[in-house]
Amino acid sequence: MFFAIIVFGLVFLMAYEMIRGSELSLQKFGWKFLSGTVWDPVADVYGALPYIYGTLTSSFLAMVLAFPLSIGIAIFLSELAPPWIERPVSFMVELLAAIPSIVYGLWGIFVLVPWLRTSVEPFLIKHLGSLPFFKGAPYGFGMLAAGIILAIMILPIISSISRDVLRAIPNSQREAALAIGATRWESTKIILAGGKSGLLGAALLGLGRAVGETMAVTMVIGNRAEISASLLDPGHSMASVIANEFAEATTALYSSSLIEIALILFAVTIILNVIARLIVWSITKKFKTT
Amino acid sequence: MKKINYEKYHWRKIKSTTMTALSIMSVVIAVIPLFLIFFYTLAQGISALNLDFFIHMPKPVGETGGGMANALMGTAILIGLGCLFGLPVSIFAGIYLAEHGNNTFGQIVRFFTDVLSGIPSIVVGVVAYILVVVPMKQYSALAGGVALGILMIPTATRTTEEMIRLVPHSLREAALAIGLPQWKTTLRIILPTALKGITTGVLLAIARAAGETAPLLFTALGNRFWSTDLGHPMASLTVFIYDYAKAPFEDWNRQAWGAAFVLIVLIFIVNMTFRFVTRGRYGDHQN
Repeated sequence: MFFAIIVFGLVFLMAYEMIRGSELSLQKFGWKFLSGTVWDPVADVYGALPYIYGTLTSSFLAMVLAFPLSIGIAIFLSELAPPWIERPVSFMVELLAAIPSIVYGLWGIFVLVPWLRTSVEPFLIKHLGSLPFFKGAPYGFGMLAAGIILAIMILPIISSISRDVLRAIPNSQREAALAIGATRWESTKIILAGGKSGLLGAALLGLGRAVGETMAVTMVIGNRAEISASLLDPGHSMASVIANEFAEATTALYSSSLIEIALILFAVTIILNVIARLIVWSITKKFKTT
Repeated sequence: MKKINYEKYHWRKIKSTTMTALSIMSVVIAVIPLFLIFFYTLAQGISALNLDFFIHMPKPVGETGGGMANALMGTAILIGLGCLFGLPVSIFAGIYLAEHGNNTFGQIVRFFTDVLSGIPSIVVGVVAYILVVVPMKQYSALAGGVALGILMIPTATRTTEEMIRLVPHSLREAALAIGLPQWKTTLRIILPTALKGITTGVLLAIARAAGETAPLLFTALGNRFWSTDLGHPMASLTVFIYDYAKAPFEDWNRQAWGAAFVLIVLIFIVNMTFRFVTRGRYGDHQN
């Protein structure tokens, strides 16, 4: 009981300590902290917008890439694959989640980024260069690299939770659909519709993971605090600015601002997780009782 | 008699097959990066590994060779500290949840454990910084251990709970029926039965903690020298990978791959063991 309370209290302790730690910057900048675009440790002025933008863009990009794939995997695992093939595939997808983020980052720097720089980005510039997303020079390091790495990293969580959601839907639904002559895809569509909110929950959990991911992103995003529409340009994210600058934060206001960024990250991920878990819980429970 | 519209049926069939193919394709696309990462880490890592890597210290900037003996030691110490801070809480909380957790409070705690697992590790690092580094006025292994301990709690708590729940109910009832008090039943009957599962669950949490970098950056910091002093900065494998990957020296990059290889192998073994133990023993109870 006592220890269970500790687990429970830990979340509040973290929130309290971070609010206390960021007091200085909260007082000085207020809401302007979120909309300020200048991050200048020399002048002791801090605005977090470039980082917030970077986190949002890279996470959004990751979602766009990972979500359809994850749903495909979930369908494969829960609807199509026989057990002897489902188990090893599940294991492999879970293994993807077990690889440390630093190894993703290492792989990103030495394999993904050079590949993007020499083949993918020149191709994008050549053929889609008129779009604002694909303007600029092929650096390799940038939003696109961060988005791809993040997509690989959040695939496992989205697909395994989606799989559980789809599996929770009773077999009678499938049988009913097939019995009236539906094809496999038509029956799957019905299952997907039934699990819609659960899939949303899975997506939100993945988003929460993407938002807070640090090392891999820091290593490939390019670490430049600029807001640019182009996905090819280097950017920065909330987690990576903390990773880069926290140990070197010299003034009290500087570290307080970084703690405030951590506080924002904390709040965002908590909210995402609470919503997502509630959705996933309610849907798996609903089907379990019926 | 109504005629069956074969053309339409044909079209539906094609659509279904296409979607099946797309679904299989997404699995293939997801598995490709897994193999790529394994392949590169294997190929680059093995060539970087030799005895020097394990028993030598890092060489000064510019000199080739040297190893990561201090980082291996550091990671081991940091994990040990993490276990010290994280495991007692998680194991007792897990026991509580499994044995007495079928009420609202248990649900809330379970919920918070899940939420805790979603908190970014860098945020946990910041909290450890505020809690330990600021009062001590120094980066220290201790702070890193606290961060890792907090990060271990969700995984360790939930696996402990699950493993205890897998213990057959009849065993519990038998113990209580012959008059053992609840605490003794838990301590002498349930725990030893679930021990194997709990141990592997704990190993899983350890493997995860061993791969953490972000929370160590400004807690344990990193150290190029041999240090076992808990009150001072300490090296770790992951921070080494980070520093060496960014460095412009080829030899350092090579060593980063070597360290990554060691990590991956460790994690792979632990995951396989976990799979094996949970399936081999309680396979019938799952699903």
